[in-house]
Amino acid sequence: MKIQEKGKTPFLLIIFFLFLLLVGINAGEVSTVLETATRICLSCIGIG
Amino acid sequence: MLKLHRNRITYMLRRWIQVIATFLSNSYLLFPFTGNIYQGTLKSFCTPGLNCYSCPAATGTCPLGALQNFMATLRPGLQAGNQHFGLFVIGTLGLLGSIAGRMPCGWLCPFGFLQELIHKIPSRKFGIPRVLSYIKYPVLILFVFLLPFLIADEFGYGMTWFCKFICPAGTLEAGIPMIILKPELQALIGILFYNKLLILGLFLIWMVFSSRPFCRVACPLGAIYSLFNKHSIFRMIHDPEKCTRCMECHKNCPMGVKFYESRNDIDCVRCLKCMNESCKFGAISYEITGFKEFRGQGIEGKAVVRGQ
Repeated sequence: MKIQEKGKTPFLLIIFFLFLLLVGINAGEVSTVLETATRICLSCIGIG
Repeated sequence: MLKLHRNRITYMLRRWIQVIATFLSNSYLLFPFTGNIYQGTLKSFCTPGLNCYSCPAATGTCPLGALQNFMATLRPGLQAGNQHFGLFVIGTLGLLGSIAGRMPCGWLCPFGFLQELIHKIPSRKFGIPRVLSYIKYPVLILFVFLLPFLIADEFGYGMTWFCKFICPAGTLEAGIPMIILKPELQALIGILFYNKLLILGLFLIWMVFSSRPFCRVACPLGAIYSLFNKHSIFRMIHDPEKCTRCMECHKNCPMGVKFYESRNDIDCVRCLKCMNESCKFGAISYEITGFKEFRGQGIEGKAVVRGQ
């Protein structure tokens, strides 16, 4: 019985999403996230 | 004694990690004095669990809120030449998912932790029909991606549909505290807020009777992580030769997973209760791909670590 499954898939996924993360950082999305998260969005929490 | 000791350690370890993660996600304790939310650079990073960034104590960004904002501003952003697709958030979630699958739900999510605590209230307990587990996928596609992008105002901006109309974590962590913190906001309360209070109330009641109902039925973040459960570095392993199908793992599973039928099920949050607190026969173990296999030898035995 094959108990231990080894595969490349998780590592390929890590490389792919790391690439996306770096592209996002390079595109300046970090500052967009910061800008959004530091403002209280009243309509987002159901007020107003 | 050994088994009790080992099980207790694992239980306490997860509980402490949940407590620490909840605190770290909400550790801005100056909000009563400043009257505002945290605005430091830590908010550039996404928390691994569901934790509203409009919560006065929140130190990080909710990945779902951030994703919806990217979708809601994508159209005017493209027109202005800003190609922000939310790859930073998608990359973060994909990385976490590729490493641990849905483990952040079971170990790091403050709202998941809250559900586990509320479920401890003594009452008659009920299961949740399996078919309801699939609701979270249309919720993810519609309320996080499609509706924020497709339905826009005259300027092209969409809304954060999941936050605005559904998210009970946002109501509990941000809506109610903000109204207490800023009484002047009470004048703005309308049908939308009462609707969200109703959703929160229904889920809170459901949490008493069923284990983790929001995670299992409606959480879009859990839906994203669940896509990685079968392909993450951390994976659960089932040994059918040792399994007697006694169903103890299913009875103790907070997500209602039948481990013997689906070892890396979409709902498995890798809390390890099945391995450490349920299986008497050592049929459940986990592996960290390419490194080690950690085998339980039954709750009456001693854990064995095999590997390179």
